[in-house]
Amino acid sequence: MAYLKKSPWLLHYDASSCNGCDIEVLACLTPLYDVERFGIINTGNPKHADVFVITGGVNEMNREVVKNIYEQMPDPKVVVAVGICAATGGVFRECYNIAGGVDEVIPVDVYVPGCAARPESIIDGIVKALGILEEKRAKMKGQEGSA
Amino acid sequence: MAIVYLILAPVLGGLIAGIDRKLTARMQGRVGPPILQPFYDVAKLFEKEDVTVTPSQNFYILSYLVFMAVTGALFFAGEDLLLLIFAFTLAHIFIVLGAYAAYSPYSYVGAERELITLMAYEPMIILTAIGLYLVTGSFYVETIATSQVPVILYLPGVFLGFLTVLTIKLRKSPFDISTSHHAHQELVKGLTTEFSGATLAKIEIAHWYETVVLLGIVYLFFGFNPLLGLAVIVVAYILEIFIDNTFSRMKWQMTMKSGWGSAAILGFLNLVVLYYFYLGV
Ligand code: SF4
Repeated sequence: MAYLKKSPWLLHYDASSCNGCDIEVLACLTPLYDVERFGIINTGNPKHADVFVITGGVNEMNREVVKNIYEQMPDPKVVVAVGICAATGGVFRECYNIAGGVDEVIPVDVYVPGCAARPESIIDGIVKALGILEEKRAKMKGQEGSA
Repeated sequence: MAIVYLILAPVLGGLIAGIDRKLTARMQGRVGPPILQPFYDVAKLFEKEDVTVTPSQNFYILSYLVFMAVTGALFFAGEDLLLLIFAFTLAHIFIVLGAYAAYSPYSYVGAERELITLMAYEPMIILTAIGLYLVTGSFYVETIATSQVPVILYLPGVFLGFLTVLTIKLRKSPFDISTSHHAHQELVKGLTTEFSGATLAKIEIAHWYETVVLLGIVYLFFGFNPLLGLAVIVVAYILEIFIDNTFSRMKWQMTMKSGWGSAAILGFLNLVVLYYFYLGV
């Protein structure tokens, strides 16, 4: 059974993005790209989410927030870092308050390139993440079986 | 009948939810998810890790599901409408208790809003039962459903009032204040905030049961002509989807006003007229 792939609910968090990538994430939900046809729902609730989509570099203020959200998501879960800022800190890298990429704080499974990332590449990234999600589920089940 | 219901209602309810999402998408110019999407969602929720805030919440949610199923079983066994309303309300009290058990400000707000909606639609539901009794002379679902009296002709107001509270009950805009698929960041899904995995799946299944019962009550107004009854159910549900897509969410005051307003004007007035002019039909 791999229903997880058919119904990924995602949570979108803006850790100090310039709003460019955010807009593109939301564009995926508009009628043009309509990700709901893949069963994707944008929830606002970490406890319901399977995919954590995060844009922008993490700053010192929301380090804890990002960690907290990640920890509240039930397993299996994946993290998709959208945009250059989320990967490395991007143009804000040198700023005094930027911690760097998202992977400074939580493990990232998929990096989506671009500044801003195009909706097509975001969808690509999420589809890739679904494969990883399925792997994680199989692993989780294996552990349960052996325990 | 009751056993058939217990098995088939989730299937039917899930299909209705799927068609609902597809139609909604089409109304918005999108392709939309597959019709079976709600089943995928629930199956997925059962695959997820179980995160429980307090053990008691699982008990409350299980009770919610059980009482919702009992409500429907009573309905399709042709039992007393009043008993049914009682079980129905009890089911909702359980979900509110579940939300209160979770100790989270978000689910508290959701629970309070759910209580408000409960208060808003309850009078109209009871007036519906009274109206059906006045016309058919019985509270028993079986007698009402098989009665040859064209109930709708005597109770047009009550029917419209019931449609109004149906919007509240099905958690459609503009009354989706306690939980909604569309309320993202502002509500964090209200009532269900603290539920995840299998518990959330149970809430979803209970909602499917609920949809079938509510549409069953719509049928009671048209028991004299089964085909017409089915047609009205379809039209009523499409109307609900349409309303869902054309309104934005409103404040709880509006929910109260609509619920009680429709009960007072449509429901009560209808009953008064019925009482003075037609009683004894
Ligand atoms: S990658 Fe570019 S568009 Fe995206 S948040 Fe960074 S600066 Fe903005």
